[in-house]
Amino acid sequence: MAEEVILLDFWPSPFAMRVGIALREKGVEFDLREEDLSNKSPLLLKMNPVHKKVPVLVHNGKPVCESLVIVEYIDETWVRRCPLLPSDPYERACARFWADYVETKTYSAARKVWPSTGEAQEVAKKEFIECLKVLEGELGDKAYFGGERFGYVDVSLVPLYSWFYALEASANFSVAEECPKLVAWAKRCMQRESVAKSLPDQYKVYEYMLELKKKIRAQ
Amino acid sequence: MDGVKLHAFWASPFSARVIWALKIKGIPFEHIEEDLPNKSALLLQYNPVHKKIPVLVHGPRPVCESMVIVEYLEETWPQHPLLPTDPHKRAVARFWVKFIEDKSPNVWMVYRTVGEEQEKARRDSSEMLSILEEHGPNKGKKFFGGDSINIVDIAFGGVALWMGAMEEVSGCKMFDAAKLPRLNAWIANFKSSPVIAENLPDRGKLCDHLARLREKRLSSSTSK
Repeated sequence: MAEEVILLDFWPSPFAMRVGIALREKGVEFDLREEDLSNKSPLLLKMNPVHKKVPVLVHNGKPVCESLVIVEYIDETWVRRCPLLPSDPYERACARFWADYVETKTYSAARKVWPSTGEAQEVAKKEFIECLKVLEGELGDKAYFGGERFGYVDVSLVPLYSWFYALEASANFSVAEECPKLVAWAKRCMQRESVAKSLPDQYKVYEYMLELKKKIRAQ
Repeated sequence: MDGVKLHAFWASPFSARVIWALKIKGIPFEHIEEDLPNKSALLLQYNPVHKKIPVLVHGPRPVCESMVIVEYLEETWPQHPLLPTDPHKRAVARFWVKFIEDKSPNVWMVYRTVGEEQEKARRDSSEMLSILEEHGPNKGKKFFGGDSINIVDIAFGGVALWMGAMEEVSGCKMFDAAKLPRLNAWIANFKSSPVIAENLPDRGKLCDHLARLREKRLSSSTSK
């Protein structure tokens, strides 16, 4: 049966990047459709009526929403190549725990860093760096979060690497200085074609963030 | 097979979720009640990142975060499944679990705050309920899982069944039964399921506990 796989995407979105990485790891042919978030497509509004957000995976007409849910779906649907979650239930639970930490603590901390200023930004920056340090501790001396193999936790976190320069520039700090092992891990991930193709250039993201800041100030 | 222990707290909706999953699957376990102001050394060792209950310990290995634990139970003890087998249906279920996890902190905020902050949390909680009412995957069914309880029911149960006590203690209404007929029916179905009914904290005791905590929290924030 001919597979139809569409990814509704927005290039600076680290959530959408996760899905791109997963699809490319699995060698799945897909139609990448860039959304204009100020003018959302009818397909997006129909496929994600609850949140009206990207990413959305449309597989043979059926939508899957929420980036980590999509990544698990991809893992369960295209099983033959590159398993992203381990097979052992305990290791899967560990992977889900850390992906949850990335999602609920780290991304939400990052989101507070770039739009804020002054004291509020210092607090946000401190919280974000703390999250990165916890993650760096968990990574330890392993090549990837799951060990020798690139997997679910790596997919959940590595898109944030494309935002590091933007975050560093807005809050005056260096991730490489604070968490050198984490940056080494990110660069290792970037050597994978799936990651290199899915992450935009850090300077492009920085310019996008500047535009966004201008828009927020104008409001 | 290795024994199962659960570090829990009687008033916590998060440990309730895990207890429900354990009981539905018929998994024997040892319940270890934590005194939250005095967390055990074991708890801090098992969950150094969040230092929170629930923590499930299977043999020597700890699993943390209520819904991560529920997925672990599902994968380790497949009887009385809490997730369907079809990948798309599983994705739909996980979507709703994430929705509930993302939006339910507003419910706790209603109980924790006053004034404008509380009003915003109340509006966001009501919005969560309206969306579930309109889009939730339980249309025409007894539970989100169809005829039997699934992972979405467990996730939402931990929120919905604590909402009443939080409304009572905070004096702030979130659940308008007239506007939420499907969710209202779902609550009645869920509460009347024997496993759930037998594993709920006493309402009066829960309200007293929440009232004390709320008072403590509000008085410590104003004394800053």
